[in-house]
Amino acid sequence: MKLKSLSAIAALLAFASLSHAADDSIYVGLGGQQGIKSIVATLIPLIQADARIKESFADSDMKHVGMRLEEQFCTLSGGPCEYKGEPMAETHGGLKVTNAQFNALTEDLQAAMERNKVPSRIQNKLIAKLAPMQRTIVTR
Amino acid sequence: MHYGIGHATRRIALFLAVTLGAGAALAQTSPDMGKLTATGGVIQVEGAGGGGLVPWALISGYGSRDSWGANAHYTRVTTQDYSLDTYGVAVGFADRVEVSLATQDFRGSLAPLNDLRIKQDIVGVKVKLVGDAVYDQDMLLPQIAVGAMAKRNKGIGGLGVLGVSKVTQLGARDENGVDYYVAATKILLDQSLLLNGTVRLTKANQMGLLGFGGDKGDSYQAKLEVSAAYLINRKLVAGVEYRMKPRNLGADNEKAYYDAFIAWFPTKHVSVTAAYAVLGDITIFNPVRQRGAYLSVQTGF
Repeated sequence: MKLKSLSAIAALLAFASLSHAADDSIYVGLGGQQGIKSIVATLIPLIQADARIKESFADSDMKHVGMRLEEQFCTLSGGPCEYKGEPMAETHGGLKVTNAQFNALTEDLQAAMERNKVPSRIQNKLIAKLAPMQRTIVTR
Repeated sequence: MHYGIGHATRRIALFLAVTLGAGAALAQTSPDMGKLTATGGVIQVEGAGGGGLVPWALISGYGSRDSWGANAHYTRVTTQDYSLDTYGVAVGFADRVEVSLATQDFRGSLAPLNDLRIKQDIVGVKVKLVGDAVYDQDMLLPQIAVGAMAKRNKGIGGLGVLGVSKVTQLGARDENGVDYYVAATKILLDQSLLLNGTVRLTKANQMGLLGFGGDKGDSYQAKLEVSAAYLINRKLVAGVEYRMKPRNLGADNEKAYYDAFIAWFPTKHVSVTAAYAVLGDITIFNPVRQRGAYLSVQTGF
């Protein structure tokens, strides 16, 4: 019995150190899987109402877009997920996304995180992971 | 040396003509307000995009690389015995080139300098060379820009009884001068920090309000200016700045400037910056450390 609980503790410690090594602090700050789901649920209607970018998504299956965004935010924030979508360069290649459109989506995401009460420093940490994608996504 | 400054001014004029020509083509596209809130900085006390006292590598305005943006500003610094009003415009082209025009209006309020008035015009240009302060979050390289400020001191008013009407009579070598600077700005989103370091080659006494060069020195000196700010949220930034200055005039025991500021960006059209600024002694005739409130209002797109 004692041995069992000891090994359970050891397993827990090992798991804790593993997850620490992966650093999921942003994921936790976003509210984990549930928080990310909620952020994306707020984000999608913001995108659809945003005159700057809504046309780019006019032909998109927004449910699919939402799932890919959830996966991506989860992966980038250090959460236990895997991005199953196509590489960013391929999904955006023909879209001729402008810098202003890239930033418009960033602003919508900031607004969505704000409405879900994500602290500003956590918001910035996620934006920090997304920002370098500008070089791949903005092709015009 | 007069030739040197005239030459530099001509080069800046030529650069301005080329920039404005390219800008006119760009201006046919409508402003896109495409940059993220606050990422154009505010306008510093000499008219360039930056913080309160220090020019940064950021390009003023919200025009993305496909567009342009512009700002008008009014700034007032009030210390115990002086006030400084600065107003002007700054235009950013393609998030690459910034052109700024500003006028500084310096006044005394303490007798016998209560009628003192010094005006100065400043034309600035800045070009972003490498890096992007916002997107390059995965590398250490900051956004780096070079700039120049051509300044023309328009003389001294209110000292007529002493027969003084020009800064050269206070020991300055020149009424005109050009500052050159290189600025490096890095936004560390992961830490919610903005860091800036600027090195300025200058001969300016009190930014040029007391002229350029003097009895104690008349060569360009490299002076360091630094800023650090915390991004409280996307509409609120608070920070500190420190700006070293040359000491060319025997009549002016010039000190470094420093300030603590908070900038608020309620929308992309408006920003308000409030600060507490310490400007040090201004002339040996009034050896009191000047400090006080700094307030800047800016509007644009």
